[in-house]
Amino acid sequence: MDSDLSPQDKKDLDKFIKFFALKTVQVIVQARLGEKICTRSSSSPTGSDWFNLAIKDIPEVTHEAKKALAGQLPGIGRSMCVEISLKTSEGDSMELETWCLEMNEKCDKDIKVSYTVYNRLSLLLKSLLAITRVTPAYKLSRKQGHDYVILYRIYFGEVQLTGLGEGFQTVRVGVVGTPVGTITLSCAYRTNLAFMSTRQFERTAPIMGIIIDHFVERPFGNMGHMHPCNYRAPAEEEGGYTGVEDSQEVCTTSFSTSPPSQCVSALSTAHLKSLKPAVMDTLKVPVMSLGFSHQMGIPGKEGGVPQQVPVQPCHAAQAEHARASSCLPNDHVPAVPSGSGEDAEASSRSTDGKSVSPRDVMETTFTRKVGAFVNKPGTQVTTASLDLPFAAFAPRAYDIEENDPMVQPPESPATSSPLQGSLHSQGSGESGVPAQDDFVMVDFKPAFSKDDLLPMDLGTFYREFQNPPQLASLTIDVSSQSMAEDLDSLPEKLAVYEKNIDEFDAFVDTLQ
Amino acid sequence: MNCRSEVLEVSVEGRQVDEAMLALVHTILLHRSTGKFHYKKEGTYSIGTVGTQDIDCDFIDFSFVRVSSDELDRVIRKAVGEFKDAMGNGTDGMGQISLEFYQKKKSRWPFSDECIPWEVWSIKVNVVNLANEQERQICREKVGEKLGEKVINIVEVINRHEYLPKMPTQSEVDNVFDTSLKDVQPYLYKITFQITDTLGTSVSTTMRRLIKDTLAL
Repeated sequence: MDSDLSPQDKKDLDKFIKFFALKTVQVIVQARLGEKICTRSSSSPTGSDWFNLAIKDIPEVTHEAKKALAGQLPGIGRSMCVEISLKTSEGDSMELETWCLEMNEKCDKDIKVSYTVYNRLSLLLKSLLAITRVTPAYKLSRKQGHDYVILYRIYFGEVQLTGLGEGFQTVRVGVVGTPVGTITLSCAYRTNLAFMSTRQFERTAPIMGIIIDHFVERPFGNMGHMHPCNYRAPAEEEGGYTGVEDSQEVCTTSFSTSPPSQCVSALSTAHLKSLKPAVMDTLKVPVMSLGFSHQMGIPGKEGGVPQQVPVQPCHAAQAEHARASSCLPNDHVPAVPSGSGEDAEASSRSTDGKSVSPRDVMETTFTRKVGAFVNKPGTQVTTASLDLPFAAFAPRAYDIEENDPMVQPPESPATSSPLQGSLHSQGSGESGVPAQDDFVMVDFKPAFSKDDLLPMDLGTFYREFQNPPQLASLTIDVSSQSMAEDLDSLPEKLAVYEKNIDEFDAFVDTLQ
Repeated sequence: MNCRSEVLEVSVEGRQVDEAMLALVHTILLHRSTGKFHYKKEGTYSIGTVGTQDIDCDFIDFSFVRVSSDELDRVIRKAVGEFKDAMGNGTDGMGQISLEFYQKKKSRWPFSDECIPWEVWSIKVNVVNLANEQERQICREKVGEKLGEKVINIVEVINRHEYLPKMPTQSEVDNVFDTSLKDVQPYLYKITFQITDTLGTSVSTTMRRLIKDTLAL
């Protein structure tokens, strides 16, 4: 019963809950973007920072959250859930965690809405910030890129935890009592990915075994599309958003130290005339194929609609690294005095070449493997011209050209197939290098530095070095044989040393 | 009023001490800091904005969130650094850092102000030495997991919403909050530590770091 709640309080409470839900989603999704988040503290309140925390609003995320809420608020029996899942480059996906914002019937009638509830919600958001870095999915999301991406999905209604597999754990972030119910925020996370966080995904059979329990029918398959935490799914959210009208609402920034009856809560729009655009760092997202353009929601009264135009969605198919890097910096609308170091880092990261879609991944590796030799028949990128030490002895690459003089010196027969020619000379080419020097030649390969020009994967290298021959001086046979000899020769050796004792003494003196 | 006391225990390797302590102290301070208060007339005040920052540990598989305030970070790092130095290098040992939140109560002259703690966090550290790189690698991961558990513990305690000092009037704000920083305003706190040598006896190296030096007359 909320008959005790004044209309103003009720209105405030609804607003708090709504913005709390939106900020919760922002925190969770931003924590799974794969990058470190950094926002600035500001001693002067700007009026647009809900709960006195600098949490940026990614427009698409807000849009998705509002779409899921569809004008309702989280309430009793109506929970808002954010589902985080992982999708590999082969298209397999797996739910990692589900964050639930729920409300139960336990009411706290005496609590002050505009003050205590607000501050506790702020505390809860801080706890959420802390906990999102602690669940296993955080580490996975930091490593996303080549092999897998992290996706999010927001839904409203009943909580579904079946996709988390057996033995999932739950961690409670916190609770806040309100006059209409108790808000609970918790996370249920999959546990049987513990070993995944310590090794990279490999494109081998085991990965199918890991996620094999995912081929189950989704009971609520139509609950909405998954969204990537780092790039936008094509086609769905195109165009600029006008859905920033809610940022016109100013959050409570003014509190009173006087007794409750004189409480002045400044939830009016009267502050707007003194507001200026929030001076915040823009969120740097590694732009995979599509970019978010970020900024804080500028209070709407100033700029009308829309305050910023999100990056036009580039389709995933076209995603190239160069394009990705051009998407991001140019679309920052406000002159945000963010740390320039962050900018440079973000741009360079976005050009670092993290491919996303399966097609991208395959294209990338394909290019890397054959580019050096196949694409440049004229400019012979011979091993001799590489600036490698002892390049003349370096073995040829997989896709070596027939023209390569290393492979086919005039007098030698045709080379064997490129695939065989990885580490051992096949008798052609390296003239004058006897068989037992193969091992010596291998030593000169720069194992990790120039794999573009000498493609050799780590596995091959490792296998080569896995079984080196024993050092001669350490073989047991030799030592056991010589033991007896040593003992016999001891007296002779002692005699020699005694004879030369003066020399030794002189030497010792020089040391002192 | 009773002071709430919480104890957290961690076992770390020597070079992980700094980061483990920073992670836990910053996590607590994140929850115990607000934006700067700006008092206006009619007894109202507004609160500034607190930014946050992700920090990755170098020697532990762990990341944590702290308040975006370089000033505060410097103060905490200094205290943790002193603790680490007191713990010594390369030796096993045990120590304890205490993060105490207190309120000041003005007394009449000639008595100095009282510091009344309302929440004390004791972080007990057990430093171990490891023999080889493989053990260190395992330690990185294990300590990361342990710190995650401690963060969950901290959040659990904080979300019980037990006693917090009342929001002060303008004249009283320095009795409740540390207003010396430019960008954020943590509750008044002090960090102290104690070192226990391996024999288990408490060495007399309890050092106090007072933000507002209430003991100096």
